[in-house]
Amino acid sequence: MNLADPDATERRASALPAFLWKAAKLLLTVAVTFLGLLLVTFLISHVIAVDPVLAVVGDRASQATYDKMYIEMGLDRPLYEQFGIYVQKVLSGDFGKSFLTKKDVMDDIARAFPATIELATLAILIGTLFGVPLGILSAVKAGKPIDQIVRIIGLIGYSAPIFWLGLLGLLVFYAKLDWISGPGRIDIAYEYSISPGTGMLLVDSAWQGQWAAFGNAFSHIILPASLLGYNAMAYISRMTRSFMLTELAQEYVITARVKGVPEWRIIWVHALRNAAVPLVTVIAFSYGGLLEGSVLTETVFAWPGLGLYLTNSLQVADMNAVLGGTLVIGAIFVGLNLLSDLLYNVLDPRVRRRGGKP
Amino acid sequence: MSATRDWLLSDTPASRRQARWGQSYRVWLALKGNRLAMVGLWIVVILALLAVLAPVLAPYDPLEGIGGLRGARLEPPSWVHPFGTDDLSRDILSRILYGSRLTLLVVLLVAVIATPIGLAVGTAAGYFGGWVDVVLMRITDIFMAFPRLILALAFASALGPGIENAIIAIAITAWPPYARLARAETLTIRDTDYINAIRLQGASSLRILWGHVTPLCLSSAVVRVTLDMAGIILIAAGLGFLGLGAQPPQPEWGAMIAGGRRFIIDQWWVATMPGLAIFIVALGFNLLGDGLRDVLDPKARK
Repeated sequence: MNLADPDATERRASALPAFLWKAAKLLLTVAVTFLGLLLVTFLISHVIAVDPVLAVVGDRASQATYDKMYIEMGLDRPLYEQFGIYVQKVLSGDFGKSFLTKKDVMDDIARAFPATIELATLAILIGTLFGVPLGILSAVKAGKPIDQIVRIIGLIGYSAPIFWLGLLGLLVFYAKLDWISGPGRIDIAYEYSISPGTGMLLVDSAWQGQWAAFGNAFSHIILPASLLGYNAMAYISRMTRSFMLTELAQEYVITARVKGVPEWRIIWVHALRNAAVPLVTVIAFSYGGLLEGSVLTETVFAWPGLGLYLTNSLQVADMNAVLGGTLVIGAIFVGLNLLSDLLYNVLDPRVRRRGGKP
Repeated sequence: MSATRDWLLSDTPASRRQARWGQSYRVWLALKGNRLAMVGLWIVVILALLAVLAPVLAPYDPLEGIGGLRGARLEPPSWVHPFGTDDLSRDILSRILYGSRLTLLVVLLVAVIATPIGLAVGTAAGYFGGWVDVVLMRITDIFMAFPRLILALAFASALGPGIENAIIAIAITAWPPYARLARAETLTIRDTDYINAIRLQGASSLRILWGHVTPLCLSSAVVRVTLDMAGIILIAAGLGFLGLGAQPPQPEWGAMIAGGRRFIIDQWWVATMPGLAIFIVALGFNLLGDGLRDVLDPKARK
C-alpha cells in the first residue's frame, strides 16, 4: 500500500513465507493460550470447596483409605508436578471420571457434542440469514425509522435473558398454540428408528430418508435454535450495519453510482463483498458466543448437549465433568477465534499482500 | 441558572475543574437529545429508587408466605397481588422489589472489584512494556479465551453457591476488557511530556501509575463498565437460574425464574414477572450504554 515503505516490495516478494511465519506465530500464541486454559481449570480444581478425595472415597472411609487415595490422586506432590500430570492427562484425552454418570468425562462429552453442534449451527444459520439483511437494511436507511426499529429489535435480543425467553416460548408455542414439540431432541417413538451416524439428528434422518423423523426432530429444534439465533442476530445485524456504513461511504461506491450501476447492485454486490470479510470474522465469533447461550438454552429445553451436561454436573459439584466441559468449550472458543483470524487473512487481499499485517 | 450554564459552556475555562465540569455538561446535553438513552436513564434511576424504597413500597414481606405456606398459594395477578403469588404464598411484586436490591448490589460490587483489577493490570502492562506487558496481556487473553458465562459458572461452582461467590466469579470474568482498554490508553500517554516531566522530578513508577496514569484511564473505564452492566445482570441472573447465585429464599430474579419454572404452563406469572424485571432493567442499561457510546465515541455512531 505504502510506496514509501521500503519493506513493502520485499514483503510482497516473500509473501508466502511471511504468511507461514504469521501462521506459526499464531499457532504458538494458541498453544500458550491453551496451556493457560489448562492452568485456569487446574487452579479452579484447587480452590474448590469440595474435598476431591472425599468425593471419591465417601464420608465413611477410614483415615487409612483416605490417605492412600490422597497419595494415589497425586495430591501430596508439589503443585507444578500435579500440573504437569494434569496437562499430560488432558492431552491424551483423559479428563477423569464423572461422579454423576460414572463414565469417562471425555466419552460423555463426545456423546453430548453433536447435539450442541446441531443446535448452534442451525442457530447461526438463522442468525446470519436474518441478521445480515436487517443490518444492510438499517445501514441503507440509516437514521430513518426502520433503522431505529432494527436497533430496538437488536437491543431486545441483547437484553432478554435467553432462559426466560425459552420458558415463554414453550408456554406460548408448545403449551398454548401447540405448533411445536416440547423439550428434548426427538419423540421417543422415533428415538431408535434413526441409526447413529453423525449424531446430528437432522442430518442423519435426512440422509436415511426418514422424513417423518426429520419433521419431528425439526419441530423440537426450531424454537431453541430460533432463540439462540435471535441472540446471534442482534450482534450480527449491528456489526453488518456498521461495516456497510463504512463501505457505502467509500469512493468506489460513488464511482459506481456515477457510472450508473443500479443501487441494489452497489449494495448487494459491491459493498457487501467488501463488508463480507470482517463479517465472516464476526459470524465465527458469534458462533463461539452461541456455545455460551447454549448452556442456558439446553437447560430449559432439556436438550442433551454439552450445556445440559455442564449444568447437570454443576448441580452436584461434579468437578471433573465441569472442568472437562469448560475446557472443551474454551478450546473450541480459542479454535474459532483462530479460524476467524486465519479466514480474515485468507479472504482480505489487502492483508494477504502485506504479508499478513492487518 | 443561566449563569451556571454560561460558566459550564465557556470556551475559555479558567480552571481545570471548570473544563472538566463543562465537558461533562456537554456530554449530558448530547445525551439528553437522545430519546432512547433518556428512557434507559429513567429505567436505571427508577431501579435505584425502587431498591432504596423497597421496604416502604413492598406491600408484603418478601420472604414470609401470606397466611402461612398455603394461605395464598399460586394466586393469579389481581388487585391485591398485582404480580400474583408464588408456590410458597409470597407476593411476587414484593419479592421483585426487594430483588432489585440484589441486582444493584451485584452490579455495583462487580464494578467496584473488576475495574481496579483491570486498571492495575492494564496500566502496568502499558507503562512498563517489555516482558511485563507480554505476561500480563497473555494472562488477560487467557481469561478472554473462555466464554464469560462458562468461566463464571466454573468459578462459581468451585467456590460453592451463594451470592458473594457469584459476585467474585463474575468479577473474575469481567476485568479483562478493562485491562485491554487501560493498556491502550496508557500507551498513548506513556511518553507524553508531562509524564516525562513527572518522571524527571524523581517520581516512582508506582506514583506515576497511580497518581497520573490511572486517573486519565478512569473515565473510559467507567463508560465501559456502564456498557457492561446489562451483561453483568444477565450473567448474574443466569447463575441464579442455574442455582449457583443467590440461594432461596433470597428474592434474586434469576433464582425466582428457576423457582417458577415448574409452574410455567399453568401459573405463568411466577416465572414471567421476574423475567420481565430482568429484561426491563437490562434493556435500560443497554439503552443508556448505547446512548453514552454514541455521545462519547462519535466514530461508532456513523
